[in-house]
Amino acid sequence: MSRYITRLRMRRTYKWNGRPVGEDRKLKRQYYESMSISVEGKTEDATVSLGQYILIEGDDDDNPFVAQLLKLYTDDSGKKKTAVLQWFVRMCEVPQNKRKLLGRDPHPQEIFFYQDRSCDNEVDGETILGAVQIEYVPVQDPFPVGKSRDILFVKLLWDTKSFRALDPELMQPPQSPKSPPPSSRGPQTRALPTPDPSVMKRAMSGILTRGSMSTGKMSSSEAESLHSASKLSAAKALSAKRRSQAVSGPQVRKKLDLCSPSKNMSRDDVLGELLDERSEKTLTSKLNTSPTGRISISIRLTPLNLNKEECVSPLSSHSPDKPRMTAHDKDDAARAEEEHEDSPINTAATSRSKRKSAQLVSSRIKKQLNLLGNKIDLQSDGEDGDDDDCFIPSKIDLQSSSDEEEEAKIDSEDELIVKKHRGSGTSRSTEKTRVSARTPRKTPSKKTAPATPRTPRHATPSIPSRTAPARKPGNVLEEARARLHVSSVPESLPCREQEFQDIYNFVESKVIDGTGGCMYISGVPGTGKTATVHEVIRSLQQSAEQDEIPHFRFIEINGMKMTDPHQAYVQILQKLTDQKATPDHAAALLEKRFSAPAPKKETVVLLVDELDLLWTRKQNVMYNLFDWPTRRNARLVVLTIANTMDLPERIMINRVASRLGLTRMSFQPYTFKQLQQIITSRLNRVKAFEEDALQLVSRKVAALSGDARRCLDICRRATEICEHSGSQKNSSGLVGMSHVMEALDEMFSSSYISAIRCASVQEQLFLRAVIAEFRRLGLEEATFQQVFVQHQALCRVEGLQPANVSEGLTVCQRLGSCRLLLLEGSRLDLFLRIRLNVSQDDVLYALKAD
Amino acid sequence: MSKRRSLTEAQCVSLAQKLLRERLCHQKLPDRPLALDSQYKHLLELLRRTAVHGESNSVLIVGPRGSGKTMLLGCVLRELMSLKEAQKNVLLVELNGLLQTDDKIALKEITRQLHLENVVGDKVFGSFAENLAFLLEALKKGDKSSSRPVVFVLDEFDLFAHHKNQTLLYNLLDVSQSAQTPVAVLGLTCRLDVLELLEKRVKSRFSHRQIHLFSSLSFAQYVDAVRSQLSLPPDFPDPKFSDAWNHSVTKLCEEKSVEEILRRHFNSSKDFRSLHSLLFLSVSRVSVSHSTLHEADLLEASRLISADSKAIILHGLSILELCLIIAMKHLNDTYDGEPFNFQMVHNEFKKFIQRKSHSIHKFEKPVVMKAFEHLLQLELVRPVDSGVCKVQREYQLMRLMLEHGQVMEALQRYPQCPTDVKQWALSAFA
Repeated sequence: MSRYITRLRMRRTYKWNGRPVGEDRKLKRQYYESMSISVEGKTEDATVSLGQYILIEGDDDDNPFVAQLLKLYTDDSGKKKTAVLQWFVRMCEVPQNKRKLLGRDPHPQEIFFYQDRSCDNEVDGETILGAVQIEYVPVQDPFPVGKSRDILFVKLLWDTKSFRALDPELMQPPQSPKSPPPSSRGPQTRALPTPDPSVMKRAMSGILTRGSMSTGKMSSSEAESLHSASKLSAAKALSAKRRSQAVSGPQVRKKLDLCSPSKNMSRDDVLGELLDERSEKTLTSKLNTSPTGRISISIRLTPLNLNKEECVSPLSSHSPDKPRMTAHDKDDAARAEEEHEDSPINTAATSRSKRKSAQLVSSRIKKQLNLLGNKIDLQSDGEDGDDDDCFIPSKIDLQSSSDEEEEAKIDSEDELIVKKHRGSGTSRSTEKTRVSARTPRKTPSKKTAPATPRTPRHATPSIPSRTAPARKPGNVLEEARARLHVSSVPESLPCREQEFQDIYNFVESKVIDGTGGCMYISGVPGTGKTATVHEVIRSLQQSAEQDEIPHFRFIEINGMKMTDPHQAYVQILQKLTDQKATPDHAAALLEKRFSAPAPKKETVVLLVDELDLLWTRKQNVMYNLFDWPTRRNARLVVLTIANTMDLPERIMINRVASRLGLTRMSFQPYTFKQLQQIITSRLNRVKAFEEDALQLVSRKVAALSGDARRCLDICRRATEICEHSGSQKNSSGLVGMSHVMEALDEMFSSSYISAIRCASVQEQLFLRAVIAEFRRLGLEEATFQQVFVQHQALCRVEGLQPANVSEGLTVCQRLGSCRLLLLEGSRLDLFLRIRLNVSQDDVLYALKAD
Repeated sequence: MSKRRSLTEAQCVSLAQKLLRERLCHQKLPDRPLALDSQYKHLLELLRRTAVHGESNSVLIVGPRGSGKTMLLGCVLRELMSLKEAQKNVLLVELNGLLQTDDKIALKEITRQLHLENVVGDKVFGSFAENLAFLLEALKKGDKSSSRPVVFVLDEFDLFAHHKNQTLLYNLLDVSQSAQTPVAVLGLTCRLDVLELLEKRVKSRFSHRQIHLFSSLSFAQYVDAVRSQLSLPPDFPDPKFSDAWNHSVTKLCEEKSVEEILRRHFNSSKDFRSLHSLLFLSVSRVSVSHSTLHEADLLEASRLISADSKAIILHGLSILELCLIIAMKHLNDTYDGEPFNFQMVHNEFKKFIQRKSHSIHKFEKPVVMKAFEHLLQLELVRPVDSGVCKVQREYQLMRLMLEHGQVMEALQRYPQCPTDVKQWALSAFA
């Protein structure tokens, strides 16, 4: 949540650099060569110019989109800045199921040239975050080793179907007649042109990398890391900066002060003390005092991963590192941290550990490292441990320290377990990894950000699993019963072919066109509305798998499954982005998401079940749900389900109903033939019912409600009855008419009559007295006093000792609690008003038969 | 043996009394539910299928108060838990509509009983919305074959239907109708019209299985039940005493007057709770000097139980107050139940004093007013409307909360009631 607050608060201003270089009078556009981006609170501006590779703000803070800038222009008003781009995709943006097409593990810094004509290549100029460096690598060549992690590599081309070799020509921006010639700087030469801190930083890291490259030993550990280096540091740095401005709370503030440039010096002094007078560290602090130096800030983490790495990898691979450690201590430390930073995400952080665990952890690590005999590591580790202790203020790093603790536990157990642990990440956890993995140059303040989403709120509990496995159905009846249970998912949905086709066509066309729309589906309960929509989505997802239609996201909310209409926002946001937010905030974020022009956005199909419960007085929830799809860039398809056909007319105000549009569909109650077909198809050749019995059930249900659930329940009950009676005697073992009749009776017959028959004598007399009094009064309501007089008279007639008032009242109340009588004003004692809840005829019938 | 002999009679009596009282008060589960065999089988089979096959079910147990719903459920659950395959496989969640008065509390209680709060550790439980999402997520994650079935028992089911939107019911029943964690939702209620309380989509998700508990108990069975309730178990330490006791109980039940008492009770209600209170009162009268149950004990207990509460209050009134009641009764007769005010009552009373009274002195009006107010406090008289309008107290309209018969009966039994007052009450018009 805090991440987004920061984004909202972060303000960037965009300015054109220089004069327009060209103009298109017809389109009223003015073309520019470069643009400068100034960030609030920063003195230097970043500049992006044509041909440069840039980062575009996307949904994911950590993985901004990458693109090459082709054109920059403004419309005549001069306010709206538009950029024309050539997109690149990251591996994580490629659909999950297509990733394997690559045929190898992607390089963490690898991106792909994106070739998709359908993709909008114009974006709002104000979504540009900054520049990034991209290098072309010929297909046969290995990825360059030891380059900075800020550099991204392009090797292949992704055309939404397959990966192909990339023609290096494509990397050159196409010449447009109207646009000025692109800047001559090629991707290789263009590196650090601006005084923007992030760029400067990158430059620095580039230098450092180069330095380490000269020794040629640097990335042995890097290659092993699963998670490291997959992130773009520039983007990270940006988001980190933003974040750091918004985090609040005294402790955080303190930290922030520490990392702000003005205080860097003092902080380094502290560091200096901490680290004693080690020359490398002096170097570090010197580096830090340079205006761009935020690097040193990231040192404060135990290089746990290094440790882990060493556990896993053969020792020999690390021995060449030793000299480097001394020579490039700083760099190495930083690297160690990156790895550490990335790794703890593996652990599904569940427990909150206490601060003191850090010490324990560092001591454990020391031990481990000692065992490995790596003295230099030990040294650096000790220092890291120190850092940990004195640097992390009480609360903020809880998360990371708990991670450490967990790591440490695992480490101390067995290396095998470590491997397994890493490998066994579920898709969810890897996804999380991607989200929360951080830049190498991480500032401490930044750690507050991942702490929020990593709190155990995601730790969804589950019902403990059973000790003995569930037994499979044993005989035909049990098998039939299992198949007839409403919850069993049928192979197909019979009798809803037309509705299926309509919904399918609707959603499919919207997904293919990349547009949005609403649909309203109505029908009484149990007519297969939700099931049909699910079926549609299932088959659409299948065809998306086979690339017949573009991919889309499916989200489902249910008005009954939330406590308050506004929770709808929260749930949509959570399902869309896995974030948590308050309703208001979630609404703002969703609003932004659906109205902002984001390229390469997947269509979202949103199913809103039980729509009528989202009604509020102002109807703003409904309004938003139906308004978003109409936005140009939303790509949102909303399917709404409710029971009543005229819901839009009845409860929606005009502006809401208008946005819902006229795409309506109503599910008619099932006819008896359809119900019969449903049961038959569910039974699927399991012969358990007689034909007549099925027909009876379906006719009865069709006449009453047309609710398929009811029909299935009755059949299920009938199998039970059959099973019980079958044991006593006879017959085919099939469910016959008599069983079905009995089940129907049980479910539909009113229980009032049997309740009256089983009532005590006084209760029956009282009911009679009520009817007698009603007849006398000619009204359907009487007071207790009046009825009581009748009651006493009846008692005398029957030769019973008349009840007294207290007893009479007790009898009356007992009948009232069963709702045979409706009582009003029980305070009134004698003047209690009595009405019958059953018809007089029923009462008399029940009493006579007695 | 020697130890058993050493029990004195006093010890035996107190032991027997303790045993019977425990049986009558603690509602101990019987070994088999009486006369509910088919319902018992049905419910057991249903729960067994949930426990063993992981089949979700929902069922309502409907029956009047005291008909043994909870007892039936208790017996079934006891039996279920004794099955080896169900023993460790079932989670039980018990909710009561009187305790969990809204969904928020109910959700918390469910989470607590499922021990899910351990999963979140010390996380402070969040908002209602979070709770709901949390629980639904938990239930959704399970599936038919692998997760433990959860049995939800909703006592006073009808009260859950009054919760906002019936969110809890919808979600529980929805889980029971979809391929999630297997659940059995058992509702206990005494309302016959409970299905009408459910919202249509909640109703559609309910399986419409209802188990009705109407006692079709005959009087003979009722008497048998009394006998077995009063009998001492065979493992009673002193067999001689228990034999004697059991014999006396059998004999007692055959007595005519006892049968009459029991018949009267049986006629007024068939439920066992009221029977238990009757037996409890009679058992309590047993003492060392009075070591077996007698007919008189039952008679006295029955008298206590069926006593009319208002008649008892009337016995404690003063003569003046009684006179006022009689005056009001006359007013009721004259004006056919129309409300009256103090002034009218006072006039009526004054007429009586002037014309017929020999024994009653003249009272000052404030004194009469005071007596009237006392009656008001006892709620033998009630204002027609709750006194909102600003009428002088003397003229506020009142109603007598007593039946004609109650007044007459009270007069008969009133100790030392002056004969002129009695005559006044009996005379048709004052």
